[in-house]
Amino acid sequence: MTVPSVPPTLSGKRPSKLFKNWMAKMASLPMILTALVVFVGGTTWTVTYSFTGSRMLPRTNWVGLDQYERLWSSDRWMISITNLGLYGICSLILTLFIGFTLAACLDRKIRFEGVFRSIFLYPFALSFVVTGLAWQWILNPDFGMQSVVRDWGWTAFNFDPLNNPDIVMFGLLIAGIWQGSGLIMCIMLAGLRGIDEDIWKAAKVDGIGTVKTYIMVVIPMMRPVFVTALVLIAAGIIKLYDLVVAQTGGGPGLSSEVPAKYVIELMFRAQNLGQGFAASTMMLCSVVIILIPWAYLEFGGRKRG
Amino acid sequence: MSKILKSALLGTALTAATATAVMAEGVELEVTHWWTSGGEAAAVAKFADAWNATGNTWVDGAIAGSGGTARPIIISRIIGGDPMAATQLNHGRQAEELIEAGLLLDLTDVAEAGGWAEIVNPSSLLDACTLDGKIYCVPVNIHSAQWIWLSHAAYESAGLDVPTDWNEFTASAGALQEAGILPLAMGQQGWQQNIAFGAITLAVAGQEAWNGVNIDKNADVARGPEYTAAFEAVAAARDLAAESNVQDWNMATNLVITGQAGAQIMGDWAQGEFSVAEQVEGKDYSCLPGLGLNPVIDTGGDAFYFPVNDDPAITAAQKELAALLISPEVQVSFNLAKGSLPVRGDIDMSTANGCMQKGLEILANGGVLPSGDISFSQDTTLQIEDLQAQFWSSDMSAADAQAAYADIIANAD
Repeated sequence: MTVPSVPPTLSGKRPSKLFKNWMAKMASLPMILTALVVFVGGTTWTVTYSFTGSRMLPRTNWVGLDQYERLWSSDRWMISITNLGLYGICSLILTLFIGFTLAACLDRKIRFEGVFRSIFLYPFALSFVVTGLAWQWILNPDFGMQSVVRDWGWTAFNFDPLNNPDIVMFGLLIAGIWQGSGLIMCIMLAGLRGIDEDIWKAAKVDGIGTVKTYIMVVIPMMRPVFVTALVLIAAGIIKLYDLVVAQTGGGPGLSSEVPAKYVIELMFRAQNLGQGFAASTMMLCSVVIILIPWAYLEFGGRKRG
Repeated sequence: MSKILKSALLGTALTAATATAVMAEGVELEVTHWWTSGGEAAAVAKFADAWNATGNTWVDGAIAGSGGTARPIIISRIIGGDPMAATQLNHGRQAEELIEAGLLLDLTDVAEAGGWAEIVNPSSLLDACTLDGKIYCVPVNIHSAQWIWLSHAAYESAGLDVPTDWNEFTASAGALQEAGILPLAMGQQGWQQNIAFGAITLAVAGQEAWNGVNIDKNADVARGPEYTAAFEAVAAARDLAAESNVQDWNMATNLVITGQAGAQIMGDWAQGEFSVAEQVEGKDYSCLPGLGLNPVIDTGGDAFYFPVNDDPAITAAQKELAALLISPEVQVSFNLAKGSLPVRGDIDMSTANGCMQKGLEILANGGVLPSGDISFSQDTTLQIEDLQAQFWSSDMSAADAQAAYADIIANAD
């Protein structure tokens, strides 16, 4: 580069902006390179090859939008996104609700708070694979919940979600919420602890009930905490894969398939890279469509204001 | 201290000595495969023993999980420039692109020296290893999928005779249901449902229509009346299996073994489960190839491929191993342990059990079909499996399923 990056009038007066904090910039260089090469590079490569007819090996035989046409006419894909939508909405609402309720209960200065907190957070220490297997056993009609309740004498009790295509997603949902709500509870609890005691005193003076104070005053004040929780839950929903593989394997039939599983199956089992890339590109698009306007509102807006 | 040092030194010296000995005597070959269940591991040990007996070393690279798990690992190692010396794959089209990319060793000279063209029976197995007139793999066994396994205990408790073909089975199903027995055990997974579909189609639609769809990929045949009858038969079978709430195939086999279910349609590998449960063919269970109507079996199975290697010593050893895998003694010991049929017709398998004998007889009579792995690409196979998974787990009508199936066949490659 022969053209100096700093206007000549400024040079000499102040050190170049590029070298300000150069130690910090040097230190973050590996991460910047990783982000550029691995994330941006990898994404570009994937999107590019989704327009090819690549089968087992990547090839550059362009087929235009054929892969996308096949994707959107594929029943498996439609089932996958419907399932993800159902799981996503239910999981988002229920995890937030359960997480906040548990946190609010613990925040009422109850006894043995530490013990309860550990118990609720404990499932999060398990991987999705372990969670999936454990719940597969719990929901097994011959050994699990159903047989236990029947042994108690309620012999008509019928609860076999994992073998019923209509409700299998709820079997997954139970496991997902069990695993994830502890973490959300901890984040919420931290947020609640950040609320000034004086707010509570003021509410008491004004004669506002506890529940109403939570809903009308505390929750609006916890907006950043909710945003963090939302991002964590949403990321968990989009990448839902290992839980399904461990708990149902996508079955019975195709009834608990999810998009991430479609990508893996098409790329490696069907040996159809192009189709898998098209599906993963669509997953990226859905994330981008949701995240960009939201991030713009959330972060861009604040900077200007 | 000095004692430890001494023993450490001695150990190093010994290791060095063994290392040189191996270098001098033979070559270490890493062989990857996904044979990890009890019977399978015993079978692969026969290969390893035979190879070690030649003074070379078999480095076992078993990958746990099914072929679906192992295959991506194997393929990515070959593509990624870290090839193993030999690997199991199902012969057919799975390795086609690897061959086209020049990543697999050409075994034509070994095949010619061993006269494979004459000894491999059925010859379609060797065709599956052949691309542009060159041979790239060694078939080692034959597995077929067109079998129905019947539980004698279930039929005894319902007071019925054990059926001898599919029609008798469907006729007896109502009586079984009345006796509180599930007529047909079915694991709720696409590939199992596809096996049942294939077997029922072959029995009901007949071999000519089956060939038209599976070999000529003729979508008109798939829309034709033979396939309408087949899809209706599958829809009827779906009703018989409606109460079957198991997922894995061996769980479904277990229902048959314990007499909770009357029958299961599954490949010949199900026999391993009956053997482990110490059941006797003809007394505790029956097997009917081709569902008893059309005694033909397909000839899928396993084959070994040898990725290209720079080291001439390894290349020579790979060719030696290829010749060994198909040699008569190894074929007998391996296939008896695995419960599969041998790829050559000129060896003595008289110690095999009744079901294997039935299979051998069909092979000798030439009642063989190419397997799905050979005629369809993995992509098409997965689409058909998806359709079957949907069909079996919903109330989709036979006509809708047939139309969707014909579309897949029309676009098949």
